[in-house]
Amino acid sequence: MKLIVIGCGRVGSTIAKRFAAEGWDVTAVDENESALSRLGENWTGGFVRGHGMDNAVLREAGIEDADAVVVSTDGDNTNLVIGQVAQKRFGIECTVVRILDPARADFYRERGLRTISPTSAAIEALSDAVRSCEIPQKQEVRV
Amino acid sequence: MYVLIAGGGKAGANVMRTLLRNGHEATIIEQDRNRFERLESEFEHQAMQGDATELFVLEKAGVKRPPDLVLALTGDDEDNMVITQIAKEKYGVPKVIARVNDPRNQPHFDLLGISPTVCATSSILGLVEHEVPEHDLVHLLELRKENLEIVEVQIDKSSPCAGTTVEKLRLPEGARLISVMRDGKAEIAVGKTELRPGDQVLAVLQPGKEDELRQILLKK
Repeated sequence: MKLIVIGCGRVGSTIAKRFAAEGWDVTAVDENESALSRLGENWTGGFVRGHGMDNAVLREAGIEDADAVVVSTDGDNTNLVIGQVAQKRFGIECTVVRILDPARADFYRERGLRTISPTSAAIEALSDAVRSCEIPQKQEVRV
Repeated sequence: MYVLIAGGGKAGANVMRTLLRNGHEATIIEQDRNRFERLESEFEHQAMQGDATELFVLEKAGVKRPPDLVLALTGDDEDNMVITQIAKEKYGVPKVIARVNDPRNQPHFDLLGISPTVCATSSILGLVEHEVPEHDLVHLLELRKENLEIVEVQIDKSSPCAGTTVEKLRLPEGARLISVMRDGKAEIAVGKTELRPGDQVLAVLQPGKEDELRQILLKK
């Protein structure tokens, strides 16, 4: 299976390494050459330096025969556009897009884009963590 | 008319000024603090600070009414695409216009069905083409919605069509000649019109048919 990861920061690089370890053919795309170092010295997958908005860069990364695309650059709107390009122009059904803003993530999810909002996930996790705390009852103070 | 403008640079501020002068109602949204302050001193409560790609910012600016027109004029193409998509598809804004900063992003706007778009760089390039005679086929006008464009072709002595009438040309499907300009006079191109070296011919065609048209008229 072939995976393209666009935006090779903390999230993208970890996903790339994880799927590569599981035997996927993975190519990472990032504007900065330095992102390659995040993939580690033993990286045997592909790496293309360039902007994900550039169709030539996506083609060079092999998007035309990819099975899945993860879009995780640091810009929500950039991710929304690249995600739609991957889905609509290149026909990649399994396109997953990271969107920090929950409102935009919801709107584009309704329109058929697989958006994941780490912000929503954090809100849920933090709320659950608060609820699961055993909070000792405070003694009432009489005046 | 109520107009919402995203992006308060030179384009946004000037459009705002003109709209207000013509009696329209408008709100302009700018993210940058310094720019916003300048806009606020001129447009007062009609200027708003915020990221126009955030739904709550758009809603505060009145996108739910909805406006008759939303202009996405920021310096960031991704932002302009997202603003117009949200305005049209979430809030039912009937008309949007987006600015294209980098002409290489035009295919993305087209893919997402965002139209009309305005690109200063492409306009300048079009004018340069018009001035530089090496370009044998000059793009004069693009009618995106209609999927047509109007081009100008200069017929020269080596053109295979010189001396031929329009009706005998095997023009590609989806292409027609509009007019022929000769000695400073334009005539509507009809079947009997004969093409001669030196003629400037206007043609309307579907984008992508340029090479076929070039082949018939110029054999290049």
